[in-house]
Order: sequence, then structure tokens, then C-alpha cells
Amino acid sequence: MAIATEKATDARLPLHYRFTRYLRSHFIPAIGILGLIYLFVPIAVVFAFSFNDRLPNGRGSVSWVGFSTDAWTNICVDPNICRAVGTSLQIGVLSTIAGTVLGTMIAFALVRHRFRGRQSTNLTIFLPMATPEVVLGSSLLALFLSTRIPLGIVTVLIAHVMFTISFVVVTVKARLAGLDPRLEQAAMDLYADEKQTFRYITLPLVAPGIAAAALLAFSLSFDDFIITYFNKGPSITTFPVYVWASAARGVPPQVNVIGSLMFFGALALVLLAQLAGKVKRR
Amino acid sequence: MAIALTPGVPIAPGGEAPPERVKRKGKTAYFLLIPGMAWLVFFFVIPLGSLFLTSLERPLGSGPSAGYESALRWQNYTEALSKYDTEFLRSFWYAGLATIVCLIISFPLAYFIAFRAGRWRNLLLVLIVAPFFCSFLIRTYAWKTILADDGFITTFANSLNLLPDDRILATPLAVVFGLVYNFLPFMVLPLYASLERIDPRLIEAAADLYARPWIGLQRVTIPLAMPGIVAGTLLTFIPATGDFINSQLLGSPRTRMIGNVIQTQFARDALPTAAALSFSLMAVILVVVFTYIRRAGTEELL
Repeated sequence: MAIATEKATDARLPLHYRFTRYLRSHFIPAIGILGLIYLFVPIAVVFAFSFNDRLPNGRGSVSWVGFSTDAWTNICVDPNICRAVGTSLQIGVLSTIAGTVLGTMIAFALVRHRFRGRQSTNLTIFLPMATPEVVLGSSLLALFLSTRIPLGIVTVLIAHVMFTISFVVVTVKARLAGLDPRLEQAAMDLYADEKQTFRYITLPLVAPGIAAAALLAFSLSFDDFIITYFNKGPSITTFPVYVWASAARGVPPQVNVIGSLMFFGALALVLLAQLAGKVKRR
Repeated sequence: MAIALTPGVPIAPGGEAPPERVKRKGKTAYFLLIPGMAWLVFFFVIPLGSLFLTSLERPLGSGPSAGYESALRWQNYTEALSKYDTEFLRSFWYAGLATIVCLIISFPLAYFIAFRAGRWRNLLLVLIVAPFFCSFLIRTYAWKTILADDGFITTFANSLNLLPDDRILATPLAVVFGLVYNFLPFMVLPLYASLERIDPRLIEAAADLYARPWIGLQRVTIPLAMPGIVAGTLLTFIPATGDFINSQLLGSPRTRMIGNVIQTQFARDALPTAAALSFSLMAVILVVVFTYIRRAGTEELL
């Protein structure tokens, strides 16, 4: 009898516990999976539509026309697409190099040195990230217009370096701050001079942070549309600008091919890096 | 060398938190700072000043082609803001809505990755960022296909009579939807970063002390995740307010946001109007950001 009531209370009492536990164990993974599906639906569409045929008049279409591998075999059928990708790559590489160098230097100064004006330095680094892109783009344009600096690749580069610096600082700073200072002390105890310590201890330890910052800077630059659009002038067409301009006439399927290539290429790179990291750790 | 000889920095055995590094004084700091900070001053701070000056300019003749001269024409602000107040308010409304929806979707997602994903954690994080490798514009354009009037989603919702306008594309719903999609990872990643740092034993302790899971979430998990919530909402809200791509590609003239207005005014050479709107947007956002950070009590974010 006693056992029976015990069983009964055991089944009755934690009812809402069981309910919330059920919710917690199923609801959260369910939302997680739904969220991932949500993130990937457009990617699937981009990939599928890279096999879309063109309309009879040669234009791209938002709706499905027919299956064709034409876009994959003739990516550069419109030379402007490939030229735009080339421009984006060029701007991306140059602004990544400049932004990463400048940002890393600032990060070292912030973590490793004492100096006057730390507060205002921090604020100047934080503000560009707290400013909408329209404001960044339009204020630079206002400067270029009032100083009569001609718009072109130089103004785009200036803009890209400007908005990547802050992100580089934040990324490298996080890595530097998490570094165990005893490792450097150990190197110096073993008679390494400052240069050697930096070259053989500090730099290799911070390198993953710098690499992550550079990747972030490159993807920000390559994908930027708003700031570029304000400061590019008529002569420059980056890949996002090409997509924007062609959206009015119907985006050609080649754009989806390039989107898919970028996606799979970057994914492969990340997975390879992870695998390499695993092998190394073994 | 200064470091190695610094007294008071114990060489502790592993496992303890590393001792605070002694910061050095000297000229090196300025050598490291000056190039990058000069870039930011010349191409971020000074342009803001330039934008402000432009916003006060006076037209030389009638029509924008006649050019402008520098002046202190404060009416530019009242004129621009009274003309485009709808777009201004709409931007904050859409961005706020998108931020809340993002938070609702992201919290369980980040929670799942931080506490339940186990060895899949890194892969899931890569998957969250992965859509970003495919251009912002291409992804937004893909939503145009998905939400199209003859598309599966619209037809299905219509068969259930869910849509007041009988369509999704070119409605505010589509714009907010696009904003949520495009800025979701900006919410998930900071949330994940702060959830991941929470010691799960704290949540267990709450349960041991008879807190129901809901109360535990309210009193323990959410307060500890606050820095991530603040960072995530800001990273979503700020770019969403100024965005004009989603409104342009997925919306209609009735969903124009302030970004669209600024962009078209610049394109039409109506520089003072565009500058006044842009500067006002910046000012309002800064006020919102700083009040929010104050209220949320996470000033270390700066």
C-alpha cells in the first residue's frame, strides 16, 4: 500500500517538472534545428537557382524557368561579372592587409602598454561599430565631396580599411588578453631577448587571433555593399554592386553560381582548418 | 626584459588564473597607436564633422544642381525630419521588431549550442556563420524567390487566410523577415559566447534550491547572459536601423526606411537633406545605445 502511494505521488508530484523537462529537452533542440533550417533555406535556393535557365530574352529570372548547367560552364559569359569579382578580391586583399596590420598594432598597444588617452582611444574604436553603415558611408562621401577627392578605388579602399580596423582590434585584443604572460616570462628567463620572445613566443601564440581577424576583415570587405555604394564613384563595380545593379533587370544565374562557389569554398576552407587542427593536436 | 624582472609576479603552477600582466610605459605605445588611430580620425571622426557641416549648408540657387555653400541653416534639420518622419520612425520600429524576433529565435539556438550540442558544438558554430560566406545581397535576393507571390510559402499562407494583403513580398512582414534573417548570426554569436561561459553548476544549484526551471532561467541564466544579450541586441539593432537593402529588395515604397531616403537624397545631390538625416540617425542611435548600456548595466562592453 505504502509503495503504491509512493509510486502514485512520484508520478503525480513532478508532473509540471516532467512537462517542463520534456519541453526543455525537446523544445530547445527543435528551435535549434528550425533556426538552422531557416539559415540554410536561402543557400539552398541560391544553389538550386544556379542551375536555372535564362528567360527567352536572355535575362535572369526570380522564378524557375528550366534546368540548365549553362551558368556553371559559362560563368564569365558577361565579362562584367568576373571583372566585378576581381575588383572585390583586389579591394578585399588590400584592405585586409592594411586593416589587419593597423588593427593588430592598436590591439598590442591597448593590451600591453600604458598611455594617455586610453578612454578616448577605446571610444574611437568602439564608435565605428556602433554606427550604421549608411552614416559611415555618407559621412565619408561628404568629406570626399567637400575636399574634392575624386571617387574611385582609392576612396573605396580608404573606407574599407576604416571599417575593418575596429573589428580587427576587438578580435586580436581578445586573443592577446587571454594569453598567459608566464610563457613570455619563461622565454625571457631562458635568456631570449625581447625580439626573440616576440618572434618565437608572442607572435605564434597570437597568430590564430590575427588570422581570424584577417578572415573577418576580408569577409566584411568582400561582402560590403552600403559603404562601397556611397564611395565608389561611377568607375568601380564590386561584386555586391553588380548584384544590386542587376537586381532591377533580373539577376543572371551566374551570380548564384558565384554565390554557391563562395559558400562551398569558404565552408571547405573552415572544415579543412578544423581537421588540420585536430590532426596537429594528436 | 622589464617583465622578467618585475617582482610580485608569481610564477604560479598551472591551473591557476594567469597573473595580470604588467603594462609598460613608453613611446612604443604611441608608435603602435598612431597609424591606425590616425586612419580612424581622418576617415571616421573628421567625416562626421564634414557630414555635420554639409547638413547645415544653404542652396546657392534653386534645385540641387546649383550647388551649396557653407552656412548654419538649422532649418535643414526641421525640414528633413518633418518631411521624412514616417521613414525615420519606421526604421526604428522595423529594427526593434527584428531585434526582438532575433532574440527570441537566437536564445534557444545559442542555448542549445552552448549546453546541449556536445561534440557537435564547433560544427554548429561553423554552420551558423556559414550562410555569411554567400553574399548578403544574394541571400536577400533568394528570399525574394522564396516569398514570391506564386511561391510555396505565400500560397500556403493564403490557403489558411493568414495574410491580410494576400502576399508577403512588398509588405512590412517581408522587410522585417529579411532583417531578422540577415542579422541573426550577429545575435547568436555573442549570446553563445556569454552562455558558454556560464558554469552549468550554477543552474543546477538553482534547481537544487527548488527553483523551477523557468525561475532558474529568469534568475540565473538570463542575468549571467546579460552581456551577450546587450551585445547581440546592439549588433542587430544598429545595422538594421540603417539598412536599405532589405527594404529595397523585399519591400515596396510603403516600406521605405531612412536608409533608402538617405541614399536617394545623396544620389539626387540633395546633400544637406541627406546629411541632416544621416546625422540625426547617428545621434539618435548613440543616445539609444548609451542609455541602453547604462540601463542594462554592462558598461564594460566599451
